Amino acid sequence: MAVEVRIPTILRSYTDGAKTVEGGGTTLAEVIDDLETRHAGIKERLVESGDLRRFINVYVNDEDVRFLGGVETPVKDGDTVVVLPAVAGG
Amino acid sequence: MLTIRQAIRDAIIAHARRDHPDEACGVVAGAEGSDEPTRFIPMLNAARSPTFFEFDSHDLLRLYRELDDRGEVPVVIYHSHTATPAYPSRTDIGLASEPDAHYVLVSTTEYGTGEGPVEFRSYRIVDGVVTEEEVEVVPDGG
Repeated sequence: MAVEVRIPTILRSYTDGAKTVEGGGTTLAEVIDDLETRHAGIKERLVESGDLRRFINVYVNDEDVRFLGGVETPVKDGDTVVVLPAVAGG
Repeated sequence: MLTIRQAIRDAIIAHARRDHPDEACGVVAGAEGSDEPTRFIPMLNAARSPTFFEFDSHDLLRLYRELDDRGEVPVVIYHSHTATPAYPSRTDIGLASEPDAHYVLVSTTEYGTGEGPVEFRSYRIVDGVVTEEEVEVVPDGG
């Protein structure tokens, strides 16, 4: 099972500069856990207390997972996951 | 240093005035590696707030996809402060996630939607450290 995960600039320090990495799993949470095994530290930047961080946006096949199932959003082989930090401020 | 064409600087200021008292936000895209802001892209402030801004999440995805397709990056990320000076707030610093971008702050505090001088300043924000930089405005046609 392979899912393509697009990594934003700010998190590429965890992926040796790679813009895209592969992950496996049947839910977004599993994919993130799988990424963590090869890119230690990345999970902490995406997830807080089991939920997606407020200012991290994740899309599965162009849908914001907040409107799907959050970290429990199902993924399957060939899906594309895009991670984008919010552009926000005060 | 940020080098920016006058027409683009003026467009950012006009956007800030138009949306006052809410914060305005957007980017100026440019070719990757050029450090040259060439394409003005005003964004909707999904928060519609005088004290907060956030790009709508679907607009954000569309924006980054388009930049990718065109070989561009957000050279400038701008937003306005409508009741405080043009200096990054603690929230701005905490959420800044483009270490290569110029963070432009505009303050409409003094004149609101009206004409009059507007503070226009630029910063680098890397790992929570703010460094102000000079802004060089290139006259149109120059």
